[in-house]
Amino acid sequence: MSLPARVTTLVIAFLAVVAGGIFVSLHFIGAQPPTENYTPYASGGEVNVTMMTTAQSTVGQKPDWVTYFIQNPATKQWVHTTYFAVPENTTVNMTILGYDGCTPLRNPVWGRVTGTAGSVENVSYFNGKTYSAPVNISTFNTYANCSVQHTFSIPGLGVSVPIASVTTLQENNNLCGTSPCDTANGDANSPHTVVKFSFKTPNGSGNYTWQCFIPCGLGYVDGNGGPMATLGYMMGQLEVQA
Amino acid sequence: MTDVIVSQPIQTKPPRPWWLQPGWHTALIGAIAGYALGHWLGNFIGSGYQQVATSDDNDFAIVLGYCFLVLGWLIGLGVFTDLFRQMLGRPINGQNGHRNGGLAKYFQYTLDHKVVGIQYLVGMLVYFFTGGLFAIAIRTELLSPTYHVLSATGYLEVVGEHGTMMMMMTSVVVGPFGNYIVPLMIGSKRVAFPRLEALSFWLTPCAYVILLSAILFGGFPTGWTGYAPLSIQGGEGMDAYAFAFGLMGISIIAAGFNMVCTVICYRAPGMRWSRLPMFVWSMLTTGFLLVLAAPVLVGGMYMILTDRTAQTAFFVNQLGGSSYLYEDLFWFFGHPEVYILALPGFGIVSEILPVFTRKPLFGYKVGAAGMFGVAVLSFFVWQHHLFDSGLDPDMRPLFMLTTELISIPTGFIYLVAMGTLWKAKIRLKTPMLFALGMYINFLFGGITGVFLSDVPADTTAHGSFFVMAHFHYTIMGGLIFAFFGGVYYWLPKLMGVTLNERLGKINFWAMFITFNSTFMPLFAVGMAGQPRRVFEYAANLQTLNDWVSISAFALGGSLLIFIFNFVMSTVVWRERAPQNPWQARGLEWQLPSPPPAENFEHIPVILSGPYEYGDPTALPVADLHPPAGVIGGALAGTASGEPATGVEA
Amino acid sequence: MAAETPAAPETGAHGLPNGGGRRDGVWLAVLWVILSVICCLIVYFVWGPHLPPGDASSSAASQQFDIKVLGVIATPVVVGVLLYFGWALTFWRQKAGDETDAPPIHGNPKLAATWITVTGATVLCLAAFGTYELIVPAGAGAGEGPQPIWKPAGTVTASDTSWAPGGKNILQVQVIGQQWAWTYRYPQFGGFETTQLELPVNEPVQFNVTSLDVIHSFWVYQLGVKADANPGVNNVAYTTPTSTGSITVRCDELCGIWHGAMYDYGKVVTASQFMTWAHSTETQLASVTKLLPTYALTYDPTTIANLGKVNTELGLTGAGGGYYNPADPEQP
Repeated sequence: MSLPARVTTLVIAFLAVVAGGIFVSLHFIGAQPPTENYTPYASGGEVNVTMMTTAQSTVGQKPDWVTYFIQNPATKQWVHTTYFAVPENTTVNMTILGYDGCTPLRNPVWGRVTGTAGSVENVSYFNGKTYSAPVNISTFNTYANCSVQHTFSIPGLGVSVPIASVTTLQENNNLCGTSPCDTANGDANSPHTVVKFSFKTPNGSGNYTWQCFIPCGLGYVDGNGGPMATLGYMMGQLEVQA
Repeated sequence: MTDVIVSQPIQTKPPRPWWLQPGWHTALIGAIAGYALGHWLGNFIGSGYQQVATSDDNDFAIVLGYCFLVLGWLIGLGVFTDLFRQMLGRPINGQNGHRNGGLAKYFQYTLDHKVVGIQYLVGMLVYFFTGGLFAIAIRTELLSPTYHVLSATGYLEVVGEHGTMMMMMTSVVVGPFGNYIVPLMIGSKRVAFPRLEALSFWLTPCAYVILLSAILFGGFPTGWTGYAPLSIQGGEGMDAYAFAFGLMGISIIAAGFNMVCTVICYRAPGMRWSRLPMFVWSMLTTGFLLVLAAPVLVGGMYMILTDRTAQTAFFVNQLGGSSYLYEDLFWFFGHPEVYILALPGFGIVSEILPVFTRKPLFGYKVGAAGMFGVAVLSFFVWQHHLFDSGLDPDMRPLFMLTTELISIPTGFIYLVAMGTLWKAKIRLKTPMLFALGMYINFLFGGITGVFLSDVPADTTAHGSFFVMAHFHYTIMGGLIFAFFGGVYYWLPKLMGVTLNERLGKINFWAMFITFNSTFMPLFAVGMAGQPRRVFEYAANLQTLNDWVSISAFALGGSLLIFIFNFVMSTVVWRERAPQNPWQARGLEWQLPSPPPAENFEHIPVILSGPYEYGDPTALPVADLHPPAGVIGGALAGTASGEPATGVEA
Repeated sequence: MAAETPAAPETGAHGLPNGGGRRDGVWLAVLWVILSVICCLIVYFVWGPHLPPGDASSSAASQQFDIKVLGVIATPVVVGVLLYFGWALTFWRQKAGDETDAPPIHGNPKLAATWITVTGATVLCLAAFGTYELIVPAGAGAGEGPQPIWKPAGTVTASDTSWAPGGKNILQVQVIGQQWAWTYRYPQFGGFETTQLELPVNEPVQFNVTSLDVIHSFWVYQLGVKADANPGVNNVAYTTPTSTGSITVRCDELCGIWHGAMYDYGKVVTASQFMTWAHSTETQLASVTKLLPTYALTYDPTTIANLGKVNTELGLTGAGGGYYNPADPEQP
C-alpha cells in the first residue's frame, strides 16, 4: 500500500474511533431522564405537582435503587425521572406518595420541615385499607421512631421536607414489589403515605438541584452513594421557567 | 523534523503487512477488546456478591475492565513482542524498536529516547491543557456565590478532574526533557532502560482516557486527594480515579528508575559528579523521589480499589480500618510529589540562568546540595497536611520544624540565582524571562508555605483557598513557568525549529501578569474564610472571586498564545534552528539540532564543567572526537572512568 | 585550567566579587534595610490588626499574632529578593552589541556560609516560636485528637453533667458532622442536640468533634477553631471566645456533593444569655433528647439501640447503608 493510502486509511480509522468515542460519551452523558413540564398546567399562580417514592426502580437498569417518580401532568402516567419544570413566582403544591419503608436517621436535622408554607407538611397514612385523618407535622423524630423514608430538599431554595413513612418494619421496606406503585402494577393499594406541602418558586429562571438527604443508598458506605448521588433517582433538578 | 536513520530490524521472514504490525491502531483494538473481556469477567465474578446485588454497582467489572484495557493496549503496542521473541529464541527487533521514519514513529512503541521525549512533550501538553479547561469551568462556576452554572455534582466532577489531571502530570519535565536531554547532557547514546522509559510513556494515554472516563460514570466526589471513606462511598467514577492515579504511579516509578540508572551509569568519561549539569542533578533527585514515593501512592490506590471491590475495609472505621491510614499513605506520597514537581523546575531555571547571564553558576555545590536537601527532607514533613486532623498532637512541633527546615535548602536555590545574577550581562530572551518569572512566583509560593508550616497560622489557612493559591504558586508559577522556559530553551534542540521570539515574549508577559492577577487575590480569599472545593461562598467575597475568574480566563487566553506559537513555529513557519542558538556551553548544544539517531558519533570525553562562562582559560566542554583508544570502546557506561582523568591532566 | 581544581571549584581565583561590585552591594543593603523597616512597620502596625482571623477568641488572637509575626519575617525576604532581581534587571543587562561574557564568579564560600547560618537560625527561631505559640494558647484552636495534651490554663474537666459560668469546669460542646449538616450536643445540659451553635463569651470551650460518616472539618472562622471530624474518633479543640457576635461554621474538608453548602451560623452571647438559652432548649428538647443515644464521644451509626430489629432484619442502619453485611464480623 502506498504511503498516502496508508495515511488516509489511518486518518479515517482515527476519525472513526474519535467519532465512536464521542458518540458513546454523548450517549452515556446525554442519557438524561425526560423533564416533566408543569408550566402549561399552572393557573392562578399555583401549580400541582405529584411525585412518588418507591423502594426500587424495576423499570431501570438499577432495579435495587430507591427512586422518585414524577407524574406526567397530561397523561397522569408515572415517569421514571426527577426533572421537572414549574413557572417562576408560583406556589407549587406538592403531593408525594411515599411507598418506601422507613430509614432510621441518627441526625435530627433532616427531620424538620423548612421552607414550606407554614413550615409544615400535611400527612395522611394509608394502611392498605383506610386513610388516616391528615395531620400537619413540622418535626419528626427520625431517630427514635423511624418515621421518615426520604426527604425532598431543595438546598438552593431552603426547602426541606421529610417524607413521612408508614412505620411498618415487619413488612420490610418493600411496600410494593414493582415500580411505579400504581394500579397497573396492582400496587396502588399498598400501605403508603400521602404528603402534601407547598412552596413558592423565586422570580427569574434557574435550575435548582433537589435531592433526598436521608442516607438511603443501600449497599453504599454510610448510605450516601449510588441513588443518592445520581440524577434520576434520589436526586433531581427543578427548573424554574421565567 | 528530519528523518532519523533507522536501524534495520533483523528479520528472518518477510515483514508482516503494515496494518498487522504493532502501532496505535492495534493498541486501540487491544484496549477495546481488553476492556470488554475484563468487564465480562468482572460481571461473572461480581454477580455472586451480595453487596453487588444490593447496590446494583459492580466495581469488579469496571476495575477488571481497566486492568485488561491496559494489558490489551500494551499487547497491541507490541510491548511484549520482544519479550516473547526472546523467550522463543527468535531474533528481536532492532535497537530502536520502531520501523518507520518520519512522523509514524511517534505513534509507536519505540526505544529511541528522543522519540519518547517528543511523545512525552505532546502528551504532557495535552494533559496540561485538558486540566486547564476544567480550571476554566471551575472559575466559571465561582463567578457567582449562589447561582450555579454547574450542579453540585457537576462542580465536584470538574474539580476532581482538574486536580487529578494536573497532579498526574507529574512527569511533565522528567518525561520530555529528562528523557530527551539527559542522555545528551551526560554524553550517552542511550538511556539505561529504554523499554521502561517507553512503557512509562505509553501508560500515560491509558491513564488519561481512564481518568476522563470517570465522567461517564458521574465523576468522583473526592477531589484529587481521594480521602477515604468518601472514596469508598463514591460511585463507579471513583474506580476510574483510583485506577488512573495508580497507573500513573506505575508509570512514574518506571520513569524514575530509568532516570536514576541513566544518570548514575551512563555518564561519559570525564563527566564527574562535580561537572554534572544542574538539570541532571534535578532529574537524579526527582528520580529518587519518584522511585521512593510513588509506590506508596500505588499501594494506597490499590487499597481503595480492594475496599471498593472486595470490601477489605482498610479505611472503614466500623470494621477496624482507619481513615487516618489513607491520609498518611496519601500524604507520604503527596508531599514528596510536591517536590517531584518543584525540583525539575529548579533544575531548568538553574540551567537557563548561566546561559543568559553569561556567568558560571554561582555556588554549584550549594545548588546541588539544596536539591538533595529538599529531596531528603520531603519524606519527613507529610503530617503538616494533617495538623488539624486529630493525629497525635505531640508530633506537631517536630513536623513544624522539618517543614520549616525545607526552606533552608530551598533558600540555596535562591542564593545560587542571586549570586549568578551578580554583575551579570543579562540577555532577556524568552527562556530567561520564564526563568526569572519562576523565581519570583516561587518566592511567593515558598514564603506562604512558611505560614502553612506554622500550626497556629495554618489553623486559619488550612484547607482554604490560601493553600490553593500557595500550591498553584509553586506548581503553576514555579514548575509550569520553568517548563515553558524549558520549551522555549530546548525546543530548537528537540525539534530543530525555533519558537517565535516576539510571540514568546508576549506569551511570557501575558502569562506572568494574568497568573499573578489570578492567584494573588486567592490568598486573600482564603484568609477571608473561603474553603477549597466549595460552589457557594460568602457574598462579600464575590468581587475578589470575579476578579480571579476574569483573570483566569485571561490566563487561559495567554496559554492560547503559546499554543498558537508552538503550532505555527513547529508546523507552519519551521524556522531552522542553528546548532547553538543561545551560545550555550552545555554538551547538548554541541550536537546538531536535532541530534542524530545515535546522539554522538563517538562517546565524548568531558573536559570541563558546563558553566565556565567568561573564563578564558576554560577548556571546551567536551572532546566530541576523542582519539581512538582513549576510551577503549564505543560504549558509554562500560568504559571505566579512569582514562578520563588522564586525558584532562 | 588551573583556575579550577576539582576538589574545590568554588574557591577559584575569581571566587570573590570584584571591587566594582562593592558599591552595588552597599546600595542594595541600604535600600533593603530601609524598605524592609518601612514595610515591616506597615505590616505589623497598619495591616496587622486587620489580619485574619481577627481576635474574637483566644485562639483566633494567637493565630492573628502568628500571621502578623510571620508577615514581619517574610517581608524582608520578599522585599530583598524582589529588590535584588529588580536591581539586576536594571543595571546588569547586556549592553547593545556586547557579546562578551560576564566575570566568572564561581561562588563565595563565606557568603554561602553566612547565608546558610542566617536562614538556619531564622528557621530554628521560627520553629521555636511556632512551638511556643502552639503550646501556650492550648493548641491554638487546632484539633488535638482524642487525647489533648495542651489545655486552657486553669480549667479542669470536673463534671460532664453540669456547668455554670465562672467556674473552673470547662464547657463541653460536641460537634457532630454528617453528610451534609452539623449538629451540636451539650452534654452538660442534659445532652440535648440542636442545629444551633451558641457559646458564652469569655468562657473556655472544649469542642469534641466527631463524624457519623466521612471526614468533615469543623471550621469556626471567627473563633480560629479548626478540627477534622473523623468517623469513630473524638477530636478535641479548645478556645475562649472573647467577644459576642455571629460566627460562621463551615465544613473545610471535602465531604461529598453538598460540601459547598455545609455551613451554618452560630453566635457568641453573654454567659447569662447562654444559660437562659441552654436551659430553655434543654427543656424544649427534653422529649427528643430522651430518645437519642446516650451521650458518647463517638457514635457508630450502624447500631441503633431501640431499633435493633431494623438492623438485623433489614440490613438497614442509621447511616450505615448496609455496605458491609450485618452478618460480617464487626471486629476483624
